[in-house]
Amino acid sequence: MNKIKTNTGNLFLVTALVLFLASIIFGFLSSLIYRYPEFLRDSMGLSGLRPMHVTAAIFWILLAATGAIYRSLEEITKQNNYKILKLLHWAIWIIALIGIYYAYSKGNFGGREYWEYPPEFAILIGLAWGLFLVIFILKVRAIKKWPVYIWMWGTGIIYFLFIFIENYLWVIPYFRESFIKDMVIQWKATGSIVGAYNMLVYGTAIYVMESISKEANTGFNKWVFILFFLSFFNMLFNWGHHLYLVPTNSAIHYVGYIVSMTEWVFFIKIIYTWRKQVTEAETHIHYFPYRFILASNFWLFFNLTMGLFMSIPIINLYMHGTHFITAHAMGTTIGINTMILLAAVFYFLLPEKENHHSRWLKAGFWGAQISLLIFLIALMGMGITKSLWFFEEPQAPFGEMMERSRVWILLFIFSGTFLMVSFLTIGIKLLRSFFTKTVSLSLK
Amino acid sequence: MNKWISITFVLLSAVFLLFSWNIYQDEAVYEKKPADYDAEMQKQGRLVWQKYNCHVCHQLYGLGGFLGPDLTNVSEKGFYYVDAFLKNGAASMPPIDLTEEQTKQLFEFLKATNASGSSNPKDYRKLWNGMIEQ
Repeated sequence: MNKIKTNTGNLFLVTALVLFLASIIFGFLSSLIYRYPEFLRDSMGLSGLRPMHVTAAIFWILLAATGAIYRSLEEITKQNNYKILKLLHWAIWIIALIGIYYAYSKGNFGGREYWEYPPEFAILIGLAWGLFLVIFILKVRAIKKWPVYIWMWGTGIIYFLFIFIENYLWVIPYFRESFIKDMVIQWKATGSIVGAYNMLVYGTAIYVMESISKEANTGFNKWVFILFFLSFFNMLFNWGHHLYLVPTNSAIHYVGYIVSMTEWVFFIKIIYTWRKQVTEAETHIHYFPYRFILASNFWLFFNLTMGLFMSIPIINLYMHGTHFITAHAMGTTIGINTMILLAAVFYFLLPEKENHHSRWLKAGFWGAQISLLIFLIALMGMGITKSLWFFEEPQAPFGEMMERSRVWILLFIFSGTFLMVSFLTIGIKLLRSFFTKTVSLSLK
Repeated sequence: MNKWISITFVLLSAVFLLFSWNIYQDEAVYEKKPADYDAEMQKQGRLVWQKYNCHVCHQLYGLGGFLGPDLTNVSEKGFYYVDAFLKNGAASMPPIDLTEEQTKQLFEFLKATNASGSSNPKDYRKLWNGMIEQ
């Protein structure tokens, strides 16, 4: 237990991993409701389960990124200092988490999509994030020349705080006077906040890759800075695509449309560097941090392709309001963010290669990739069914449309079950190996 | 290089803040139908929508959960239609235990969403540049 006690970075990573496992269990239970509507209807129902699932998933990303940044900064500065502040940071998160799940269990909500807890808990999260910013500044002020990942972490931390506050402007009645303005601010914040935490996650991916490949100065490469600014630009102005159907100022639609088209640069860059990655893969393929990052690149390509088409308003018209949106959200959360963060968790908690030769881990890894692909195909099938229903004349009742999706829903549930089992295998094996190793080290 | 990175960072941030400020200050009325809702009650109705997590299953302009239908224009079917669903529930929807006041507030909010336009994809025009509009 020593390693956990003395290292708050590890404490964040383990807490995050527990949240990740909770999120997939809540997600699995939620998926059952799509086929069996009576399931838990009169106790929790989807209105209780979905917030539990989404909160655990978002907090998994935030806490794992925090832990990875703390551990990375320790390696960069070769110092594990500000221990009490970091522990206080972790304690505030734990208090917030206990409070939020207690509120959910009592049916006490009041927040908005993705942040359904009563808004009072936002104060605790804001406080924790403010403390994170302070600790980050204290840690990086000694570093003279910042590699790109420090820029990305700094940008992500600052903008997350700003956007998180913006996300709560609705508590002021002025912002609820116009339904459309309120809706614009809500989805502006929702779009940008994802960009902000993606900065933390992608920064971590670059740091881990640089550490594995031992290629110094990757973080100072001109191309990575160009891509950083392109991501930053998209984080700030690319949220308008959520609102194409919302009748607001057309400038918002056009800014979103034009800015999102700059993402084609990422698309071309991925294809361009693919060959190099395949060559590198032969060297590191048995090392799980590398394996997960390679998987995240595949899912990045998959989701970027879908996202780029969804950003064209005329195509978005056929995909918006359907499960294509869920496929995109799940694809990025599981395929990109989770794969990168699992890479980071392996890299920091279980760095020794001998721990990676496990049949369970391999089965979990491939099970997750294959079932995720089927899971996303099932969601897209549901999306196509709904899109066709939108434009049919005369339009059948909503319930009939859901019935037409029956096969896709069953596929969604089956693949979701395999996805859950695969991730549970990886998560439990990882935690067991970490604690066994930690206990044996402290006994020595 | 650090200097140029910092300048670009500050410039982009400044443009973002100006853009955001412009959105917060926007006083334009975006309503495509006659507005016959109570402004104060609709603000409270928005909070009822949140308190009972309606967005988990339903959408407004296609944004929300997909277990139930989009409710942007449901108020066109009348107060009693909405009230009946709230009181009795449906397949996966449990009855929602709202007070009479909350039901009225929620309905005023749904009248406000309806006044803003239509969420039906068939009501959108496709423009030459790939954009859509109602």
